[in-house]
Amino acid sequence: MAQTPTGFIHSVETFGLVDGPGVRYVLFLQGCAMRCQYCHNPETWAFTQDNAKTPQQAFDAAYRYHNYWRNNGGLTVSGGEPLLQLDFVAELFRLARQKGVHTALDTCGQPFAPDNAAWMARFDALLQNTDLVILDLKEMDEEKHRVLTGHSNGNILAMAQYVAQKGVALWVRHVLVPGLTDDADGLRQLDAFLQTLPTVRRVEVLPYHTLGLFKWQNLGIPYPLDGVRTPTDAEVQAAEELLHVRAYPDAPKE
Amino acid sequence: MTEFKQWEGFEGRIWKEEVNTRDFIQKNYKPYAGDESFLAGPTDATNKLWGALQALQKEERAKGGVLDMETEVVSGLTAYGPGYIDPALKDLEQVVGLQTDKPLKRAFMPYGGIKMAEQACTTYGYEPSPKLHEIFTQYTRTHNQAVFDAYTPEMRKARHSHIVTGLPDTYGRGRIVGDYRRVALYGIDYLIQAKQNDFANCGDGTMTDDVIRQREELALQINALKGMKQMAAAYGYDISQPAANAKEAVQWLYFGYLAAIKTQNGAAMSVGRISTFLDIYIQRDLDRGILTESEAQELIDHLVMKFRMVKFARIPSYNQLFSGDPVWATLEVAGIGMDGRSMVTKTDFRFLHTLENMGPAPEPNITVLYSSALPKTFKDYAARVSIDTSSIQYENDDVMKPVWGDDYSICCCVSATQTGKEMQFFGARANLAKCLLYAINGGVDEKLGEQIAPHYAPITSEYLDYDEVVQKYDVMLDWLAGLYVNILNLIQYMHDKYYYEAAEMALIDTDVRRTFATGIAGFSHVVDSLSAIKYAKVKCIRNEQGLVTDYEIEGDFPKYGNDDDRADNIAVDLLRSFLEKIKRRHTYRNSEATTSILTITSNVVYGKATGAMPDGRKAYTPFAPGANPSYGAETHGLLASLNSLTKLPYHWALDGISNTQTINPGALGHSEQERVENLVQVMDGYFDQGAHHLNVNVFGTEKLIDAMEHPEKEEYANFTIRVSGYAVKFIDLTREQQLDVIARTCHKVL
Repeated sequence: MAQTPTGFIHSVETFGLVDGPGVRYVLFLQGCAMRCQYCHNPETWAFTQDNAKTPQQAFDAAYRYHNYWRNNGGLTVSGGEPLLQLDFVAELFRLARQKGVHTALDTCGQPFAPDNAAWMARFDALLQNTDLVILDLKEMDEEKHRVLTGHSNGNILAMAQYVAQKGVALWVRHVLVPGLTDDADGLRQLDAFLQTLPTVRRVEVLPYHTLGLFKWQNLGIPYPLDGVRTPTDAEVQAAEELLHVRAYPDAPKE
Repeated sequence: MTEFKQWEGFEGRIWKEEVNTRDFIQKNYKPYAGDESFLAGPTDATNKLWGALQALQKEERAKGGVLDMETEVVSGLTAYGPGYIDPALKDLEQVVGLQTDKPLKRAFMPYGGIKMAEQACTTYGYEPSPKLHEIFTQYTRTHNQAVFDAYTPEMRKARHSHIVTGLPDTYGRGRIVGDYRRVALYGIDYLIQAKQNDFANCGDGTMTDDVIRQREELALQINALKGMKQMAAAYGYDISQPAANAKEAVQWLYFGYLAAIKTQNGAAMSVGRISTFLDIYIQRDLDRGILTESEAQELIDHLVMKFRMVKFARIPSYNQLFSGDPVWATLEVAGIGMDGRSMVTKTDFRFLHTLENMGPAPEPNITVLYSSALPKTFKDYAARVSIDTSSIQYENDDVMKPVWGDDYSICCCVSATQTGKEMQFFGARANLAKCLLYAINGGVDEKLGEQIAPHYAPITSEYLDYDEVVQKYDVMLDWLAGLYVNILNLIQYMHDKYYYEAAEMALIDTDVRRTFATGIAGFSHVVDSLSAIKYAKVKCIRNEQGLVTDYEIEGDFPKYGNDDDRADNIAVDLLRSFLEKIKRRHTYRNSEATTSILTITSNVVYGKATGAMPDGRKAYTPFAPGANPSYGAETHGLLASLNSLTKLPYHWALDGISNTQTINPGALGHSEQERVENLVQVMDGYFDQGAHHLNVNVFGTEKLIDAMEHPEKEEYANFTIRVSGYAVKFIDLTREQQLDVIARTCHKVL
């Protein structure tokens, strides 16, 4: 690599406990191409470049928290969409791996480009130093997926298969939106797909919430899910059963 | 070497040669590294007594916060006959003794100040006897009267403007922890003998001020010890001899503490480090087969029930400073011994377990002396109880032990003191935020418009210049430190003279080490203000009098609480600078000057008296509590905030650095097991980096709002939250304070 890639950072959360195993330093990168209707971080969509850091700077800032990680925590890169700043993340994870820090990539998979050999080579370099991929699988149905996110799900599912085939651990997340992503058939399809991926270690059902709604209002973007309710505990539980979440090795300890 | 038959089975020699509780503990305690599975639930007696006490607490709240008050009798060791939680249940009480003749009835304690004692009564609709007024105004003096007789005009002005406030000049200074364990270990007669021996060896016959004062104080201490025997005799106990078993040890120890709270209404009346000590007696009885686990737990439950009942008559202005009726019956568990052995015993578990057997409660103020080297089983259990009850605070044994050894107690919220070897002169805190405004306005108070500090040259420019502000602040801070220390010198002198803590000092070595505790209020706002002046542009807004009363900030600036060295370095420098200015001064009785960054709930009152700050804090709004970052300043999550705190060297603030954090349970982990592991991990990381204190609350803002709106709901009757250095029942706070708590950052992740 001739030039050190620069990362554009939206914000950090030093105390992330739900984005990967243990205590996580979560780096939210700026910019995403998806337009998920239930996005709770729409302020990270735009490709602004206010807060630039080199991988070394970003790593040093994160490593200040290694006292809290012990052997149960580490660095998570989220977004925005981190794969849009792939080279930055690859170098950041390389530095982390050198210090024995656990690395997790929280992605929606949308930029995955299996037909682009150059892109795949860069992606392989990233995967080499990635301990865990946290992947959002929003919808199995191609048409519904387009409506929900503005993009196809073909390459996203392909990415899940590719990561699994490379032997990298996967946590899969599914946001449960009543009337949109909670039909039993869809969930069964998702479950069947997950069964084909040997490295899935956890499946999480995230109940849709409206806590990010004010951000849409602040940004002046019309909120497409206006009036959609949050799922009940029973609905979440039913979805968890269909997806067999408790069967996976990293399922939350009771 | 003395021998008592009550000591049978105990090891060691030195503690038999002299009064030395620490040596007894070290030679006899058994560390416990197992888990909590041995613990026993509440007994039938515990449930009945706790039920009766809860009914009384409910009645107390319904009556506006006070159940009953004394109006005729001055409190003292033998002022009352015996009292019980419920006369019908008195045989169930394993530990007996009340401050007055009735449960939750508040004693009349005039020695701190007769006006305050009277006002406390009239506030709640009680009329104190005019005879008492006559006695305490015509025939004898009180601490409060003496202090105000001696104050200089400058001191009165500083008090009036609240640049120094919360001073113990109208109430007992507290914070003196008697070694109550001595009563159990030695019995009163042995302790009297030891003090008589000290009396005989006090001075060489030359009657200097020091010698005369010490002789008088020893005489008062010996009288107090004799009074304790009489007090116990009223309950049918002879405490002249050592305790013979666990039940007696608990009872004797409690009588020692009861003597303190019958005679002093100090702001903080700590119990001390008693768990490891008591475990030795409990373990001996368990080994002898004369006590069961259930009975052992019952003893601890009943002792804790008594600590939950401690009450003092307070005036409204006191309640604003320290809200929720706290007494700081602070009680420590855990810690690591100087020899590296964990001091966790089964009784440390039993004390935490009282929060499960009888539900959460603000008192006693249970404090875990934390080290990452404590047994994992204990850390996990403490974290679990924290998550369930929000009733525990944590203080770093690894930073305190090198300074105070392994037998220190916490004498208030965060202040360590060597048990039985040391006493503290408590001195409230100075308002460093207001001091910065004085530096800008040349000593004129921004709220009153009056000249309070010396008339130093004010800042006249439109925009604040960092170097000029720092230079002027340094001069003003020096003025404040000098005045503050002298106010305290005067207060401590009068307190010793008119409201001497004879009962507590009787249980402390005669050759006592004294610390002189000062404190800082408004810490984060000074740091952020200086940072704003340095890294952004701050424009002064002046009123018609020419006083700067508001500020406009142009641009962004680093804030304390984000692990950003630019702001955090200012914090470290501020602490160092203030401490140096304090240490330079003469302190009463050659005590050692220390400072704290601790406000308790007084951050609301101090803030109310203080104008707008250059960091953007609006005029007359609450300060952040203790050493917490300012409201809304933290933008990088909890650990960044914690890391900022770890940069403040503990040994520069030996009186303590308080930090209160609230974590949303959902953000702490997916399941209880995960939440426990994560919380332990956070505390290990935080304390291993040298931080001093952490108050942990685990609940969401929604719960606070609901509790504020619906205090009548059963589930909120004992809903306890940690505030700066202590715990309160949330529904006992004023609405203003409730809103303040709600406004503080709750760490959660979307």
